[in-house]
Amino acid sequence: MDSVFFIGILTLALIKATPIALGAMSGLMSERSGVINIAIEGMMLVGAMVAFLGSVAFNNVTGGGMPKAYSLVFGLFAAMLGAGLIAGLHAYLSIHYKVDQIISGTVINLLAIGITNFVANAYIDPNSIAGVGVFPKISIPILSKIPFIGPILFNHAILVYVMLILVALLQYALFRTPWGLRTRAVGEHPRAADTVGINVNRRRYINVILGGTIAGIGGAFLVLQSVGRFQKLMTTGRGFIALAALIFGKWTSVGALGSALLFGFAEALGVRLQLGDVNELQALVLLTGLGLAFLGLAFGLIKAIRRGSDTRPNRRIAIIAIAGIGLITAAMLIDWPTVNIPVQFLGLLPFIATVLVLAGFVGRATPPAAIGKPYEKA
Amino acid sequence: MTEPVLSLVGVSKRFPGVLANDNVDFDLAPGEIHALLGENGAGKTTLMNVVYGLYKHDEGQILINGKEVEIDDPNDALAQGIGMVHQHFMLVPVMTVVENLMLGNETTRGPRLGSLSDLDEKQVAEDVKQLGEVHGLAINPDALVQDLSVGAQQRVEIVKALYRGADVLILDEPTAVLTPQEAEELFRVMRSLIDEGKSIIFITHKLKEVLEIADRITVLRNGKVAGTTTPSETTEAELAAMMVGREVILQVEKGPAHPGDPVLKVEDVKVKDLREQMVVNGVSFEVRGGEILGIAGVQGNGQAQMVEAITGLAHVESGHVTIDGRETTNLKPRKVTEAGIAHVPADRHKHGLVLGYPIDENLILQTYYLSPFSRRTFIQPKAVRANAKKLVEEYDIRTPSISTLAGSLSGGNQQKVIVARELSRDIRLLIANQPTRGLDVGSIEYIHNRIIEKRDEGVGVLLVSSELDEILGLSDRIAVMYAGEILTVMPANEATKERLGLLMAGVREA
Repeated sequence: MDSVFFIGILTLALIKATPIALGAMSGLMSERSGVINIAIEGMMLVGAMVAFLGSVAFNNVTGGGMPKAYSLVFGLFAAMLGAGLIAGLHAYLSIHYKVDQIISGTVINLLAIGITNFVANAYIDPNSIAGVGVFPKISIPILSKIPFIGPILFNHAILVYVMLILVALLQYALFRTPWGLRTRAVGEHPRAADTVGINVNRRRYINVILGGTIAGIGGAFLVLQSVGRFQKLMTTGRGFIALAALIFGKWTSVGALGSALLFGFAEALGVRLQLGDVNELQALVLLTGLGLAFLGLAFGLIKAIRRGSDTRPNRRIAIIAIAGIGLITAAMLIDWPTVNIPVQFLGLLPFIATVLVLAGFVGRATPPAAIGKPYEKA
Repeated sequence: MTEPVLSLVGVSKRFPGVLANDNVDFDLAPGEIHALLGENGAGKTTLMNVVYGLYKHDEGQILINGKEVEIDDPNDALAQGIGMVHQHFMLVPVMTVVENLMLGNETTRGPRLGSLSDLDEKQVAEDVKQLGEVHGLAINPDALVQDLSVGAQQRVEIVKALYRGADVLILDEPTAVLTPQEAEELFRVMRSLIDEGKSIIFITHKLKEVLEIADRITVLRNGKVAGTTTPSETTEAELAAMMVGREVILQVEKGPAHPGDPVLKVEDVKVKDLREQMVVNGVSFEVRGGEILGIAGVQGNGQAQMVEAITGLAHVESGHVTIDGRETTNLKPRKVTEAGIAHVPADRHKHGLVLGYPIDENLILQTYYLSPFSRRTFIQPKAVRANAKKLVEEYDIRTPSISTLAGSLSGGNQQKVIVARELSRDIRLLIANQPTRGLDVGSIEYIHNRIIEKRDEGVGVLLVSSELDEILGLSDRIAVMYAGEILTVMPANEATKERLGLLMAGVREA
C-alpha cells in the first residue's frame, strides 16, 4: 500500500474517467439547452465504430505510407462526424417532430447497437483486422516531473488532455459567455429567450449536434486510446454512467468531471484489485475512507467559496470528513484478514458506485426547467 | 394631430378555426398612454404579440413613424424601439437580474471572440442602476430573479425593455399581479416614462384603471375594434357595455346575510409546502352557514395551500379542521367531500376538470361510485347522460353536446361545468378559489349570482380571491392573508380597498 499503488490507481482512474467525462460533456451541451440526451451511449458506440473504420480505412488508402498518427487523427474526426450525425437524428426527431425525447434517445441507442453489431459482424473479421494502434503518451515537460501529481495528471495520451481542456472550456463558456447565457436561457425558459430574439430551436439543434461530436470523441477514445480496436458493444454502459455523472455533477462541467472521476476511480479500483497483489478488504476500506475525506474536503471548500448560499450544515460536513479519516486510520492500523472477492464483483464496482451515488448523494439536483419539453411557438 | 409612433391598419390574425383579430385599426400617438381594453379572449394580447413579432399577421400593415415595417420576430420589434412586458414574465428565474437584462444582447469585454467572449456583468449592472435611478425603478442587479417579489420582477421587465432601447412600451395586464399600492406605484412610473417621451400601450380588462391612467381607450370585442374613446367622454358602465356587447350589471345585487351555525372551523392550522417551508402558519377562522367569508391576499401567500389543507389535498402539520361539527383533519379528499363540501379550485385546467373527458363524465367526478351513476361496480351511462343533460340546461353551459370534451369549451363554460358539478350536490360548505379568474364579464356575473344564491340557501361560502373588487362585492366578512397568516378578519362594511391593500402588503394594523 505505497505511493506507487496510489499513483497507479489514480492514473488509471483519470484514464477510465475520460470517456465518461466526455459523454457527460455531450449530455451537458444537449440538456442545458433543454433536450434530454439518454442517447449518449449510442452516440459513443457509433463514434467508436467510425473511429475504428475511419482510422483503418485512412491507413489502408494511404497504404501505410503516412505516419500512424495521421490515421488516428482522421479516425477521431470521422468519429466526431459520425456521432454528430446520429445526434442530428436525435435533434431532428425531438425538435422538429417533437418526439418524446426519452423515446427518441432509446431509438438512437437501439439503432446504434443494431448498426454497429451489423457492421462488426459483416465487415470486421475479429481475427484479421487489427487497428492502427493507439495515440502515444505525451509527457508534459517539467509538469510531469512533479512528484506524485506529475505522473497522475501530466503523463497521458492526447485525448485525456483534450477532455480536461474541454471541461474547463465548457465551464467557462457556459457561465461566462453569451453562448452559455443563451444556452441556459433556452433550457430554462425558452419563451423568455424567444421574446428577446433568440432562435430557440436553432440553438437546440446546434447544441445537440455539437454535443454529439463530443460523445464521438468519447467513443473514439475507447478505440484509439484504450483498446486499439473495435469490439461489439464496447461502450458497456459508459454513456449511461456519463448521464449519471452529469446529474450528480448538477449539470455543470466541473461537477460532472468530479463525478466522472469517482466512477473512473471505482472502475480503476476494480481493475487494479483483480491483479490480486493487495489485500482487497484493506484497500476497499482505505479507499472508502479516502473518498469520504475527499468529499468532506470538497463540501467544505464549496461552502467556503459560496458563503451563505450553501445550506449544507457544518456538522454533516464534519461528520463525513471525520468518518473518512477514521476509516483511513483503521485501514492502516488493523491487520485485515484476506478475503477473496470474486473478480466479477470487482467489475461491478463502477455500476454499484453509480447506484449508490444516484440513490444517496445526489440530493436535490435541479435539472434545467424546460428539459424534455419541445418548444411550441405559442 | 402629430404623426402616430405606431399604427396598425386593417390587421387580421387567424388561428385554426378562430379569427383572433379582425381588421383592427389602432394607433398610438407619441407621449400617450393608450389603453387596450377587452375581455379575455378578445384578442388584445394576440394583437400586441403581432406588433412584437411573436405572431405574423395574415393581413394588414404595421407602420412605425408613418413608415410601413416588417416585423418578423422580436429582434425586429426591438430594433424598431418596441418593448413588451408580458403578463407572464419573460425572465429566467435561476439567473440574476443582470443576466436576464443582457440576454440576447450581451455586453462583453476583453478579446472579441464572438459568442465566446467574456460577459461584462459589471458594466451592465452600472447601466441598469443608472437607468433605474432615472425612472425611479429601484432594482438590485445582482439578485436572482426567483428571489424577487412579483412587483420587483415587473420592474426588471420594464427596465429590460428600456435597456433594449424601447420607445414604445407594451404592458400586458401589468396590474393583475399587484396590490393596489403597487399598482399606484406602477402608474407613477408610467407617467414618468411618458414625461421622458415614451409612449405606452396598456392592456387591461379593469375598467377603473383605464379611466384613471389612460389618455385614450380602444375597446376590442371578439377580435374587432368596438370603439375608441377617452376617459372624459365615457363611464365604467359604457365601457363594460362596449366590452361585452350588452348592458352589464357591475355591482352584485345581494341582500343581507343571515348567518347560522358554523359549518367550517379552522383552528391553528399549519401546512408545509414541498420544500418543507411553513406556508400556512397557524391559521384560525370560521365560516358560518349563510355567510360568505372572503379571503383577500396577493397570490402565493398560502391561500392555495390553506384551501388544499381544508379539502384534504394537502397534509395538515398541526391544528384542526372541522366541517359541520365533524373533525376532518387529514381525512382523504373523498371523505372530506362526503362531509358536504364543494370545491371550485383555482386552476380549472389542472385541478377542476379532466380536459380529455367529455362534459358528462366531468360532471360525475366525485359521485361516479354512488347510485344512480354506479350499480355493482358498473357505470350507468343512462344516468350519467341524464344528469349531464339536466345540469347543462340548468347551469346554462353552452356546448354543442354533452359528449364534447371539456378541453374544447371556452373558459367561462368550463368554469360553469365545475360550478354545476359542485353546486348540484348536497353541500354545507362551498370553497371557491379564484372562481372567476380569466372569465369574461358575463360569466363572472353568472357565477357571482350562483354563489349568492347558495349563501341564501344557508350554505357557508369561503371565497378566496386576489381580485379586491370580487372580495368587496361578494363577502359578508373579509379576512386578509399574508405570508401564511390571517392578519385581520373584519365585517365587509368596514373594509375599503386602501385598508385591504395595506394589509395585503403585510402592514399590520395596530
